[in-house]
Amino acid sequence: MILDSKIPSGPLEKKWDKHIMDGKLVNPANKRKYEVIVVGTGLAGASAASSLAELGYTVKAFTFHDSPRRAHSISAQGGINASKNYQNDGDSVYRLFYDTVKGGDFRSREANVYRLAQVSSNIIDQCTALGVPFAREYGGLLANRSFGGAQVSRTFYARGQTGQQLLLGAYSGLSRQIGLGNVQSFPNNEMLELVVIDGHARGIITRNVITGAIERHSAHSVVLATGGYGNVFYLSTNALNCNVTAAWRAHRKGAVFANPCYTQIHPTCIPVSGDYQSKLTLMSESLRNDGRIWAPLKQGDKRPPNQIPEDERDYYLERKYPSFGNLAPRDISSRAAKEACDDGRGVGETGLGVYLDFKDAIARLGEDTIRERYGNLFDIYHEITGESAYQQPMRIYPAVHYTMGGLWVDYNLMSSIPGCFVLGEANYSDHGANRLGASALMQGLADGYFVLPYTLPHYLADVPRDPAPPTDHLEFVKAEEDVVERTNKLLDNNGKQTVKSFHKRLGKIMWDKCGMARNKAGLEEAIKQIPELREEFHADVRVPGTVKDLNQSLEIAGRVADFFELGELMCRDALAREESCGGHFREEYQSEEGEATRNDAEYAHVSAWEWKGKDQPPEHHKEPLEYESVKLATRSYK
Amino acid sequence: MKVTLRVWRQKDSQSAGQFEEYDADGLNPNMSFLEMLDVVNETLTEKGDEPIAFAHDCREGICGTCSCMIDGKPHGPESGVTTCQTYMRSFKDGDVITVEPFRGSAFPVQRDLITDRDAFEKIMQAGGFITARAGSCQDANALPIAKDVADLAMDAASCVGCGACVAACKNSSAMLFVSAKAGQLNLLPQGQPEKDSRVLNMVAAMDEAGFGNCTNQYECSAACPKLISEEFISKLNRDYLVASVKGLFESKAL
Ligand SMILES: Cc1cc2nc3c(=O)[nH]c(=O)nc-3n(C[C@H](O)[C@H](O)[C@H](O)COP(=O)(O)OP(=O)(O)OC[C@H]3O[C@@H](n4cnc5c(N)ncnc54)[C@H](O)[C@@H]3O)c2cc1C
Ligand code: FES
Repeated sequence: MILDSKIPSGPLEKKWDKHIMDGKLVNPANKRKYEVIVVGTGLAGASAASSLAELGYTVKAFTFHDSPRRAHSISAQGGINASKNYQNDGDSVYRLFYDTVKGGDFRSREANVYRLAQVSSNIIDQCTALGVPFAREYGGLLANRSFGGAQVSRTFYARGQTGQQLLLGAYSGLSRQIGLGNVQSFPNNEMLELVVIDGHARGIITRNVITGAIERHSAHSVVLATGGYGNVFYLSTNALNCNVTAAWRAHRKGAVFANPCYTQIHPTCIPVSGDYQSKLTLMSESLRNDGRIWAPLKQGDKRPPNQIPEDERDYYLERKYPSFGNLAPRDISSRAAKEACDDGRGVGETGLGVYLDFKDAIARLGEDTIRERYGNLFDIYHEITGESAYQQPMRIYPAVHYTMGGLWVDYNLMSSIPGCFVLGEANYSDHGANRLGASALMQGLADGYFVLPYTLPHYLADVPRDPAPPTDHLEFVKAEEDVVERTNKLLDNNGKQTVKSFHKRLGKIMWDKCGMARNKAGLEEAIKQIPELREEFHADVRVPGTVKDLNQSLEIAGRVADFFELGELMCRDALAREESCGGHFREEYQSEEGEATRNDAEYAHVSAWEWKGKDQPPEHHKEPLEYESVKLATRSYK
Repeated sequence: MKVTLRVWRQKDSQSAGQFEEYDADGLNPNMSFLEMLDVVNETLTEKGDEPIAFAHDCREGICGTCSCMIDGKPHGPESGVTTCQTYMRSFKDGDVITVEPFRGSAFPVQRDLITDRDAFEKIMQAGGFITARAGSCQDANALPIAKDVADLAMDAASCVGCGACVAACKNSSAMLFVSAKAGQLNLLPQGQPEKDSRVLNMVAAMDEAGFGNCTNQYECSAACPKLISEEFISKLNRDYLVASVKGLFESKAL
């Protein structure tokens, strides 16, 4: 398989314009003859579905949620980046591009990232026009805040609910198109298989999670905007129903999976409190604008934080990275927290925590200002821990948050299956080995509003204008049979152990061996353990209920089954990448100071894995990353 | 800690439902209410029974999916939180806790604690938007918006669409939901061109979906996990009146 990135020729700044001009168009009168399935209605899916419908295509939008508005994008707190330079602080398209490439530890495609930075401004215009109530200054203009990995203030936000407001904006546009009859909406429908006919993606098989009905849907193209796979770790900041199934099913049908091992561990989450814990709650990175992170200098210091004097506190980020300080990127901040805890200086009952302290900011700005900026986050913290962060520092610890890896796509966002496009967190495209804060929302909306509407027509223009394939086509029949067989097998298994118990065990292997720090021996062990656990799962899992009813156990069982296969691939990828970069930290490859050591000579590539069958190892492909504009450098935030 | 649950069990929308009792033992007060249900469900599954179906996703109070009536109150005893943000420390050892789905004339129960809230979608599709085609918008700072207006719009926009307002209302009215949605957009300058049609269409869709009338008791605001103010209902009523009157005198622009 040859992975052709289809990056346009010419200077970086001109590539996208040139690509648009070179792309084929679909005649306005013909657009409605093309049917497009969009799976997922988060920022990426909702913006894509509504934009394609506005253009005149016939769109069907699927989500397993009961409403498009419930997609996980709704939970994003902190903000969305754009190179507006409204603050006059030296921002530009190039700077946003550069920060993002550098933040990603030089493991992303230049051309994609540049395009992202180019369209970022339009996103803010678009969302404002839709009525997104971004934070404003007293003069009525839009406000900004800073996020990690940048020295300019380019992050737009809506209190601590930016994702919610952006999604509600995109959802309102989608709702309008549904009301007009341009989009047919399929809530409560989970995609369980991709249908590929003559090498092209032409449909999906779904299960209605309320009625249990299994259905076939055909189209001229399938767009997957199904989010990230952080829940492979069991505990993460993701919503509980986030999963990899749509992407994984496409992978098994030929879509290559890129950089699966690049996982983002977010530095500021509320620490685990007990075995019953079902998820981890993020405390937005925006808090690092005013909060200072520290751990006690002395090991095993059990004094309450307010009794530890200044000179016995280690503000380790400020110490190690004086120019970025508390706004060092996430991968670096997370590892620094782990180091402090590994060193016996962690706080809280478990010793797995550090402090995020607002004392100085409250003294400087007053409690009211802090309340206005972060009130809802402080409230969430209080609800969960029963502690007030106005009076004592928050306790935080890193947690799995985002997956940079995903289905491989070319510059057009098309996967290695023609006709199957992948947007948002589900693709791997723009964040390299580490995503900067406030860039995922930007990417999801860029993909849906401003990239796919230009690149999808180029593909469709060559697809005959015949109706979409009939759903009694053999490939549909086979795909549906697969789904039914898989489902029945889970239900008829009559084992003893619950799905959740298996998911927890898988998560523990992943966290221990493929989490914040990885090494060869651990990864090799995980690659042995995971298939064993998977066998045990298929032999002994108990899934109660029937296929015909609303059956949450069945839904989760299918997702966990796919997580097993993905988890193994992540470990393989982590093992194959013998360097440290961004969120992928191999203990063997670090500097004396414990910083990640990249190996550009051998690993400046995208790792892309091709499914070769159930009992075969996947085939490893490499897409070289060529840097024309940026000079590869050691990332420094000192 | 230990509690006894009386849980509404119902196979599907066609079947009749009934309460079942379950003991939940060995609980930690720092568990969330939903984590407590997880524990009960693990035990039920291990025993070979069907677990309790309940709606949830983000578990941090923002997606609006979770929706339990706990001891007769939407989202439970505490004010300003969702079910997933309700913690066991709000209950006492030995409590008997009654758990039901959100109910309402336009909210059929789908299974156990899960309710069909699709009627909200119909309202949004009828008018809960500003028409702004991708690619057609002016620079975001070309239209300054006074901070207090933007903040008020944000207050309305914080609605999570959970339906607690409907479940709390003896008439199953959706007025708080509609007023928050319409209010956000009607407050903003971008929302002015469609202001009248928005309220007329959303209210018509609300009536058609089978929600009841508002009789100004404001149980809705009290139950709202985001504490959305009933003043948005007054605003909706004013906007509706203006739009209806304008409709009476409508003449074609010449
Ligand atoms: C707590 C938290 C805070 C965050 N804060 C920020 C932030 O401040 N700034 C930022 O830039 N990013 C942030 N992120 C990251 C960002 O929110 C996500 O990366 C982004 O929203 C993903 O959007 P998406 O459209 O790709 O996917 P999602 O929003 O996850 O949507 C996925 C959609 O796919 C559907 N779906 C999935 N599988 C199937 C299937 N098999 N069948 C049918 N439908 C399916 C789901 O129903 C859903 O509609 C945050 C993430 C978390 C976890
Ligand atoms: S589960 Fe999302 S609001 Fe409760």
